[in-house]
Amino acid sequence: MSNYIGKPLSRVDGVAKVTGKAKYAAEFDAPDLAYGYVVSSTITKGRITHIDTSEALSLPGVLSVITHENRPKIAWLDMSYKDQDAPPGSPFRPLRDNKISYSGQPIALVVAETFELARYAASLIRVDYREAPHETNLDTNLHRARKPKSGLASLLKPPPPKPRGNFDEVYAASSAKVEGRYSHSPEHHNPMEMFASTVVYEKDDKLTIYDKTQGAQNSQLYVTQAFNMSFSDVRVISPFVGGAFGSGLRPQYQLFLAVMAARELKRSVRVTLTRQQMFTFGHRPATIQNIALGADSTGKINAIYHDAVGETSQFEDYTEIVPTWSPMIYPAENVTLDYKIVPLDVFTPLDMRAPGGVTGVPAIETAIDEMAYELGIDPLELRLINYSDRNMAEDKPFSSKELRECFRQGAERFGWAKRNPQPGSMRDGRNLIGWGMSTGMWDANQMPARAEAVLTVNGKLRVTSATADIGTGTYTIMTQIAADTLGMPIEDVMFKLGDSDMPLAPIEGGSWTAATVGSAVKVVCEELGKKLFKLAQKVPGSPLAKAKWEDVEFADKHIRLKQNPVAAVSLQQAVDQNGGAAVWQKSTSLPAMMKQKNYARAAHSAVFVEVMVDEDLGTIRVTRAVSAIAGGKILNPKTARSQIIGGMVWGISKALEEESVMDHSIGRFMNHSLAEYHVPVNADIHDLDVIFVEEHDEIVNPLGVKGLGEIGIVGMPAAIANAVFHATGKRIRELPITLDKIL
Amino acid sequence: MNSFSYSRPDNVNAAVSEISGQKQAKFIAGGTNLLDLMKENVEHPHHLIDINHLPPGFIDELPEGGLRLGALVTNADTAYHELVKKNYPLLSMAILAGASPQLRNMATNGGNLFQRTRCYYFYDTATPCNKREPGSGCGALTGYNRIHAILGTASSGDTPQCIATHPSDMCVALRALDAVVRVSGPNGERTVPIADFHRLPGDEPQRDNTIEPDELVTAIDLPQEHFNTHYTYLKLRDRASYAFALVSVAVALRLDEGGQIAEARIALGGVAHKPWRNPAAEALLTGKTAGETLFRQVAEQLLDGAQGYGNNTFKIELAKRAIVRALELAYAGSTQADDAYNQEDIL
Ligand SMILES: Cc1cc2nc3c(=O)[nH]c(=O)nc-3n(C[C@H](O)[C@H](O)[C@H](O)COP(=O)(O)OP(=O)(O)OC[C@H]3O[C@@H](n4cnc5c(N)ncnc54)[C@H](O)[C@@H]3O)c2cc1C
Ligand code: SF4
Repeated sequence: MSNYIGKPLSRVDGVAKVTGKAKYAAEFDAPDLAYGYVVSSTITKGRITHIDTSEALSLPGVLSVITHENRPKIAWLDMSYKDQDAPPGSPFRPLRDNKISYSGQPIALVVAETFELARYAASLIRVDYREAPHETNLDTNLHRARKPKSGLASLLKPPPPKPRGNFDEVYAASSAKVEGRYSHSPEHHNPMEMFASTVVYEKDDKLTIYDKTQGAQNSQLYVTQAFNMSFSDVRVISPFVGGAFGSGLRPQYQLFLAVMAARELKRSVRVTLTRQQMFTFGHRPATIQNIALGADSTGKINAIYHDAVGETSQFEDYTEIVPTWSPMIYPAENVTLDYKIVPLDVFTPLDMRAPGGVTGVPAIETAIDEMAYELGIDPLELRLINYSDRNMAEDKPFSSKELRECFRQGAERFGWAKRNPQPGSMRDGRNLIGWGMSTGMWDANQMPARAEAVLTVNGKLRVTSATADIGTGTYTIMTQIAADTLGMPIEDVMFKLGDSDMPLAPIEGGSWTAATVGSAVKVVCEELGKKLFKLAQKVPGSPLAKAKWEDVEFADKHIRLKQNPVAAVSLQQAVDQNGGAAVWQKSTSLPAMMKQKNYARAAHSAVFVEVMVDEDLGTIRVTRAVSAIAGGKILNPKTARSQIIGGMVWGISKALEEESVMDHSIGRFMNHSLAEYHVPVNADIHDLDVIFVEEHDEIVNPLGVKGLGEIGIVGMPAAIANAVFHATGKRIRELPITLDKIL
Repeated sequence: MNSFSYSRPDNVNAAVSEISGQKQAKFIAGGTNLLDLMKENVEHPHHLIDINHLPPGFIDELPEGGLRLGALVTNADTAYHELVKKNYPLLSMAILAGASPQLRNMATNGGNLFQRTRCYYFYDTATPCNKREPGSGCGALTGYNRIHAILGTASSGDTPQCIATHPSDMCVALRALDAVVRVSGPNGERTVPIADFHRLPGDEPQRDNTIEPDELVTAIDLPQEHFNTHYTYLKLRDRASYAFALVSVAVALRLDEGGQIAEARIALGGVAHKPWRNPAAEALLTGKTAGETLFRQVAEQLLDGAQGYGNNTFKIELAKRAIVRALELAYAGSTQADDAYNQEDIL
């Protein structure tokens, strides 16, 4: 029965959030709490020669200043610092020694009776450095590009496939060719909530940690290993997360520092980062790409060259899937791809909404637009000419791909047919109007996960799994799935997450949570249902006594015969049969590998955008955008739409506004505040329209969902850049497209 | 942020005498700028004198026809005041182009005059900055200077000491309107024409303006000339709202009956350490009617001597185009139509 799945339910946690009842990591209190403030390095590379903490320590109420000189012993092996999202290399260890590896590196933690005091004391710490020359500029270090080391991360982020066919020859002979260099600046996630950890020091040296994270169990793993503690002594809780966008996929340094201080002082400690410090860890790496496309006169693309060079730190090899998107979208026979990284004196980059996807796809989708102009073929038509039901990077058919329908519905809603292809041909007063489009694509993955379901003695259902809800609506859709699976009203169902004590779930990323945890919730509820069915059969005079599992369904708080709904036993009656105890089930859901392995699995989108560009002043507004999404089954159109809208807004941000600007002479990001790091404000956002295209898929996972966290952003940047070209005749290949680039 | 003591005098004299007694004291009004600077450890007053409890500021008509804006009246109350909207719409428009509604609700007119530059280096104590720490160098000059000045940066040496801009929108309109600032100090009251209020960095970039630390701004007087038919405030920025101006232009024109320009005032924001005007450029317009060539000529003259430092070089051409556009809009009396951003976007 489906009373809730597919319905636009409001968030179950909405009221708690808007009334302030939802608590975030820095809001949990503890008796006798002390406050830590992080001191950050002012140089980019070198050594600390002297660190004078005496003035800070002399202030009454300052409890401790922990530096590399006086820190307690910590784990020795790199292995001990590897979290679930660690790329190959040697993870950063706060306060390890006197070495400075990047600007803003934490070099001390001041702990005091109040936050204000800790902050003030931090300003009194004097540090002398011996500076060494640094390199932070990707552009001037391209000659140092090298292949990334492989490691566990390579499983999820394989290097590009080997060349196919003969690119050079076919490209040379192509009747239409385009070539371009595409780049974008680094970006920082900047969720609303700053990173924070409240470490509560319990008796027997146990720790309860409230952490901002996309994986409570990932933080738990990290703490136990780095501090050589047992799992039973470390519990990490993270019920609400004020946005993360990937920044919470790895434990951030405030967690390490807060735990260290709490253990040292044997006292509860909270460490919160400042907005400025939010620019001192992982970020979307600056990336430079080259693309060359060759097509025949009918528009068939025969040759693709796509390379990419991304930045990484000097200590870890962060990678993304970048050029591989080209053959995933376009089925050319002659393809050469390359991906390299350049180690720089920066922190290791970190997955940020659609990592790699919103880097590689915009580049190829801009190049395709350039090809459309080269050939004189409508950009939508060109994409249809090169449409493929196979993913040629893996050479597998898609499990489902309703992109053609996305193109059709999106174009119709947008009015694409009325477009005059000539750049600069459409205007409204002083504004040049541009219409552009792009394809979007993102993986539809599923991971293993566990969940627990309990039907309480008073007939309420409680389901748990250690996943996270970073604002996406996980609480809501899991509640819907559980309610529908057991035929219960949503008020009687409670889904809980964000606690390392709960059944195992992977970090909340890659748009796989709906598929992964959703499947686990479905499985555990089904298996709980089986137990309940057995109990129902034992109810005296049960009309189900002789029924088979296949014959029953769960509806209206009852188990009943599908053929004869009056033959029913209530769930309450079933629980009552359990000798006064709740009915309990814990289950594991594994991806159906055998079924999945022969298919490529992905969500797709078609994006259409209108921009207005002031012909003299270069100001750009996105006045209209339509995203048509093929994302499998839509569990909740309301939260789904919010996800896509959020992605579209971020796409506008990426295309037009957002960049972390580094002064390479000092190796430091300079616009480290939300006044100067621009993301869209309401006035930047106009008409955004989302279409969910019907897509049926039994291969991706039992629910048929593909995940919507990332697909919303992927197609936007190129659609905007292409619209800017259509408006102005200017092809801007460097994002963001700020007005100076148009002048 | 250091700890500080705090007081709330209830009259101007008490406020002034309190501040003259203490070197490390500062007035605090809306706090929207000062608190940020204290949190960033850029300013560290030991004592804050909260002036919000002085007799409340008013907006009053002056006997000779102008308008007096109390220093403690908020930017929001000023922009939405009936008389300001009616007689000095240029000022309303400029204020509403700045910051966000929340900030404008807190920000005061006095505080707005004193707001400090948004230079990234000024705000980041890990970097050199002559304004924050005289003699330490100017990080922006050789670093990232997208939002920096293109006019009036000269010092006595070979290179500028500071290329910061004054970030206010309100002050650009005040400059076009020839406002006069009223100041109370230990030696009594004085008035300062807005043109002399802010200063160019020269060899003392640490000084933003000509007001002494122990002086209190009590009001801003607007002369009676209204410019309420042919005016505009055009602000260009990196997003449609809640961003400082890359370049802004306040234009106020008085036309005679034949449609000729009798008087023109053009003030630029985002280009210098103070709102920028150039009488020679304005004079080019006197007795003329609108014309793109003429407007471009005026723009060239206004930007005379402009110098870019890399990331901000585009501002020179942008400013010229913005001036031409603003003149067109003001002349046509269609301050909002066709604007790069609609008024509704700005609000
Ligand atoms: C994120 C952000 C964005 C902003 N965007 C814009 C923008 O786009 N355009 C714009 O114009 N502004 C913008 N502002 C700045 C805002 O307008 C100023 O912060 C505000 O006007 C300052 O007023 P205040 O009353 O809060 O001053 P305070 O912070 O209280 O004081 C600022 C300074 O003025 C001194 N002072 C205050 N009143 C007096 C007085 N009467 N006499 C003597 N000294 C006094 C104080 O001692 C202090 O040094 C922005 C601010 C922020 C934080
Ligand atoms: S421009 Fe002025 S404020 Fe900015 S770094 Fe240079 S001296 Fe400091």
